[in-house]
Amino acid sequence: MTDSKYFTTTKKGEIFELKAELNSDKKEKKKEAVKKVIASMTVGKDVSALFPDVVNCMQTDNLELKKLVYLYLMNYAKSQPDMAIMAVNTFVKDCEDPNPLIRALAVRTMGCIRVDKITEYLCEPLRKCLKDEDPYVRKTAAVCVAKLHDINAQLVEDQGFLDTLKDLISDSNPMVVANAVAALSEIAESHPSSNLLDLNPQSINKLLTALNECTEWGQIFILDCLANYMPKDDREAQSICERVTPRLSHANSAVVLSAVKVLMKFMEMLSKDLDYYGTLLKKLAPPLVTLLSAEPELQYVALRNINLIVQKRPEILKHEMKVFFVKYNDPIYVKLEKLDIMIRLASQANIAQVLAELKEYATEVDVDFVRKAVRAIGRCAIKVEQSAERCVSTLLDLIQTKVNYVVQEAIVVIKDIFRKYPNKYESVIATLCENLDSLDEPEARAAMIWIVGEYAERIDNADELLESFLEGFHDESTQVQLQLLTAIVKLFLKKPTETQELVQQVLSLATQDSDNPDLRDRGYIYWRLLSTDPVAAKEVVLAEKPLISEETDLIEPTLLDELICYIGTLASVYHKPPSAFVEGSRGVVHKSLPPRTGSSESAESPEAAPTGAPPSEQPAVIPAQGDLLGDLLNLDLGPPVSGPPMTTASVQMGAVDLLGGGLDSLMGDESEGMGGTNFAAPPAGTMPATLSAPIGGGLGDLFDLTSGVGTLSGSYVAPKAVWLPAMKAKGLEISGTFTRQVGSISMDLLLTNKALQVMSDFAIQFNRNSFGLAPAAPLQVHAPLSPNQTVEISLPLNTVGSVMKMDPLNNLQVAVKNNIDVFYFSTLYPLHILFVEDGKMERQMFLATWKDIPNENEAQFQIKDCPLNAEAVSSKLQGSNIFTIAKRNVEGQDMLYQSLKLTNGIWVLAELRIQPGNPNFTLSLKCRAPEVSQHVYQAYETVLKN
Amino acid sequence: MIHSLFLINCSGDIFLEKHWKSVVSQSVCDYFFEAQEKAADVENVPPVISTPHHYLISIYRDKLFFVSVIQTEVPPLFVIEFLHRVADTFQDYFGECSEAAIKDNVVIVYELLEEMLDNGFPLATESNILKELIKPPTILRSVVNSITGSSNVGDTLPTGQLSNIPWRRAGVKYTNNEAYFDVIEEIDAIIDKSGSTVFAEIQGVIDACIKLSGMPDLSLSFMNPRLLDDVSFHPCIRFKRWESERVLSFIPPDGNFRLISYRVSSQNLVAIPVYVKHSISFKENSSCGRFDITIGPKQNMGKTIEGITVTVHMPKVVLNMNLTPTQGSYTFDPVTKVLTWDVGKITPQKLPSLKGLVNLQSGAPKPEENPSLNIQFKIQQLAISGLKVNRLDMYGEKYKPFKGVKYITKAGKFQVRT
Repeated sequence: MTDSKYFTTTKKGEIFELKAELNSDKKEKKKEAVKKVIASMTVGKDVSALFPDVVNCMQTDNLELKKLVYLYLMNYAKSQPDMAIMAVNTFVKDCEDPNPLIRALAVRTMGCIRVDKITEYLCEPLRKCLKDEDPYVRKTAAVCVAKLHDINAQLVEDQGFLDTLKDLISDSNPMVVANAVAALSEIAESHPSSNLLDLNPQSINKLLTALNECTEWGQIFILDCLANYMPKDDREAQSICERVTPRLSHANSAVVLSAVKVLMKFMEMLSKDLDYYGTLLKKLAPPLVTLLSAEPELQYVALRNINLIVQKRPEILKHEMKVFFVKYNDPIYVKLEKLDIMIRLASQANIAQVLAELKEYATEVDVDFVRKAVRAIGRCAIKVEQSAERCVSTLLDLIQTKVNYVVQEAIVVIKDIFRKYPNKYESVIATLCENLDSLDEPEARAAMIWIVGEYAERIDNADELLESFLEGFHDESTQVQLQLLTAIVKLFLKKPTETQELVQQVLSLATQDSDNPDLRDRGYIYWRLLSTDPVAAKEVVLAEKPLISEETDLIEPTLLDELICYIGTLASVYHKPPSAFVEGSRGVVHKSLPPRTGSSESAESPEAAPTGAPPSEQPAVIPAQGDLLGDLLNLDLGPPVSGPPMTTASVQMGAVDLLGGGLDSLMGDESEGMGGTNFAAPPAGTMPATLSAPIGGGLGDLFDLTSGVGTLSGSYVAPKAVWLPAMKAKGLEISGTFTRQVGSISMDLLLTNKALQVMSDFAIQFNRNSFGLAPAAPLQVHAPLSPNQTVEISLPLNTVGSVMKMDPLNNLQVAVKNNIDVFYFSTLYPLHILFVEDGKMERQMFLATWKDIPNENEAQFQIKDCPLNAEAVSSKLQGSNIFTIAKRNVEGQDMLYQSLKLTNGIWVLAELRIQPGNPNFTLSLKCRAPEVSQHVYQAYETVLKN
Repeated sequence: MIHSLFLINCSGDIFLEKHWKSVVSQSVCDYFFEAQEKAADVENVPPVISTPHHYLISIYRDKLFFVSVIQTEVPPLFVIEFLHRVADTFQDYFGECSEAAIKDNVVIVYELLEEMLDNGFPLATESNILKELIKPPTILRSVVNSITGSSNVGDTLPTGQLSNIPWRRAGVKYTNNEAYFDVIEEIDAIIDKSGSTVFAEIQGVIDACIKLSGMPDLSLSFMNPRLLDDVSFHPCIRFKRWESERVLSFIPPDGNFRLISYRVSSQNLVAIPVYVKHSISFKENSSCGRFDITIGPKQNMGKTIEGITVTVHMPKVVLNMNLTPTQGSYTFDPVTKVLTWDVGKITPQKLPSLKGLVNLQSGAPKPEENPSLNIQFKIQQLAISGLKVNRLDMYGEKYKPFKGVKYITKAGKFQVRT
């Protein structure tokens, strides 16, 4: 006799059978039938067709049956609003029932039915229930206000329910108080400006009283609410702390952590000389440690929070290092967090133990964990100076294991140790060099190259080593390329006589053969430095480096203080303030954990240049150096690249002169050849020729844009997405989208300053791209952007910029400059912003062109789950400049023939097959440049589905 | 607050869903499956996952995933604690928390979930309140119900729901009044290669089984309460009395519950009742190695150590093991590479040992990592911390209850590095 019988189906058809049973006269049979319905519902089956039959069972004395019907109603009322109204009478009647359980059940269920018509009837019963004599009904009604607010906020305000709810904070029953606080907190969260929970000493006192008597969950709500209160002086803070401390011994870990939050926050106000301050510190340690003996999921959240607490007040847990030692059967997410905290707690007193543990971990099986353990050893060396020697010898032992990933991690951290303690451990370089061949990860290679360059004078064969790296220069990642460039320049400055060839080679590789603006820029700067003033170059390149800081991964103090206020919340798990990820920021995925350590990260451009693109596809006519130089200089000056080519040319000539002359003086006769190649750059006058590049279409077409008569409606605009997260851009966050309206394209940007300093002097520039998109005006940010300020900008674009085929085709690389730095990011633009307004082809022309384009250029796609009919489809597409030329009906299928034209004059012809009743369409695209088909299809998808 | 709950079994089927607000599509679980795939091992799935519109907070219990969907900022611990409470409740109602048990009682499960949360706010999570609202299934009751047509849903407001002691209902009656306490201590320890203790602590709990009529008021005192400086209490315990007198004073819930849990930290000396002598070696460039472990008693306070099991995760290159135990039996699973040796109890005259050969994959390099030994054991009639109950007094009721205390020490996460 188990419930699994409810899942068995019969041949006749389940719904039919259930219907008969629900209408049975026998009570027992009815109940069984409703149970079957609920069982189907729990596994996500749709049983909404039974709605009237189930509602008929509602009027009953049997409480179980009533509850079951209510369960059903909550799930399906929304889909059957007219039928749901049938239930209202019973609800209203039940709200008057003498049994408080039934009154509460009725008001609770009514609040869960998210149907406007029912909500209207809910107000009166709810008002009564909020003042019910039975506290159970009152506490249920309090939550109901929050439900109603979620459905219809205005109604709740108009009916004065919020005031009634505030009154409930002074209710005599602690459970009612707790629920009122919970409801108000939830409402306040959706209305941050409303001052719902204005706490004063009196209400605080009531909350503290209720705290002792309500359920564990109620305690969490009350503690979280208390944490928002600002005591007027230290005495009040202390008295609140005293009354909150007993919660630290609660069995529910959420209560404990919420109490910790209140204490951590109010401790700020207490003087450190106070005896009570010391007592409180001592009391905080045991509950935090206890959290670590709970289930692993709880441990994880606790560890993320402890990580914050340890940064804020390291003294609390300084004696508890051992509880963070890793057990081999801990889940990996617990292991990694424990390791992080171990480093934070490492000090001279316990470093021996910590190192012994870390060495043990470095021989474990899990690769991620081992890597982090090796890295941790390096961090210990940097943090505790006395241990550096031991750490280095431990790392050398680990290198001897020859386990590939261990060796690579070790080399990365040894580089940091060199930077922290210069001229101390260089004797190990020989050992490092032995392992050169096994390094296959960019970070390790870059670290090794840095070491070779930095200590070139001590390594006899430094030039050979670096030369061996240079062979595969183009296959290296940007990080390695940049490092190699710098290292060779260092080497040259140290041993100029033997390495001239090498330096020439790397400079030309970086400046002539690379498309990465970072690399090019750095190459040119070195080149110019070396050529104009070798002495200055020495001063710049071989300058004394600042010692790296003790802890590169500490959370910024202001952010830390903010996060301490969010202990126990999601923000504390992600170590980000809630503003960064809760609500409002639709579509933002924050999966990253706190930023990793690594001093070389800043040198790395966040977007790797598309070095992978096959060179044969690149337009050959692009005047490589001239253009690159233009980029470099323009970036310095600010205005966008769209200016006339002639100005660029003149600047370029000047720069080349400068370079050539200077180099001569440095290199002597040998460099003549190189200077020569510089001058060999084609004159800038050939610039427009680049437009003829990959996808065809004449120059004239490009200007169609301006003459095109646009329909007034704009095409579909995707929601803004974050393009440049603040983490990667020293606090500048950029999100944006592309729009096309009345024939003009623009890039709508949202710049947010998440740093602590004012940002100004913004400029933007695009790398060459497939369709020549370029800013039509400079980036206008009128006032400097102060911290936490956001500004919205619409940047008009044109399509007369220089063209280079990108992979993917719609990739756009953007550089944004401000007073702090230059940042790079890349984004994909939806192709439909390039569909021009005069993209409607003549019928005859269409037919001819369709035949003309070879069949191998035809591509077929499926558009799935689109519920529209042919008319709706064609009007929707028309809004985005996809024009329907003809419509035919073939064997019950609608065939739409459509055309569109891209800004560079490429025509795309389409045949869209729609079968009535079938939400899946077939799209056939024909185009002379078949590589755009995929993106046109994506544009179709986007337009149709939004 | 908690929006929805999905129950997922190990093969990735969503076999139950419950929504407390609007319905969230099952497809949200795809993000969870993605994370599960990435984690490889079920135990390594991160408990908090963010998706574009929701957060998924999950726990893994009894081979089931409880995945909750969150839309607004909620304390994750609150959600995790609640999910564990849900699993506890299933365990309590059905005797086990398994897919089969849940499917067999799907209607009760649904009713329970509805009773436990309202609009995402916890409503009734105390077992005794739930049991008054929805009676647990028993064979007898379902037979009776099907004959008389009565239901297993209570139709009066549970008395505990609003009182200051929500954990106890009024009108409890027993013919035999009894109060039993189990003092259970688990030793968590890491022992290094040389046999010295890297880390050790005791995780203790006192579980109670109280079947007393009426409203008894109990006081439990200890011989050495100073040991307990890091404790978590059941809400029934009066904190003030503990602070001032170091006495546990409480009106108990009815039935089984955890009265306190405590930790005796590593600063105090934690006795380690067993030692392990081991020698595990792999020869360079040969496809075999030697394995030899011996277990012996140490600081066992004169009690017998029993129920000993040793589990070892051998390195991946180990193909098979050919061993001889002096007592007990061993198994080696060549797929998971787990060696399990079921030892039984230690007799000091003849120490149990397990030795023999290890076959390695030929040609593979000698394993770098050394396996850790995971040891389980039990000692009856002993709380290793030395904690002793002094007396139990009852006030408020006139009858004389039966009282009893049992002590047991077990290995928790007890591992020996080699």
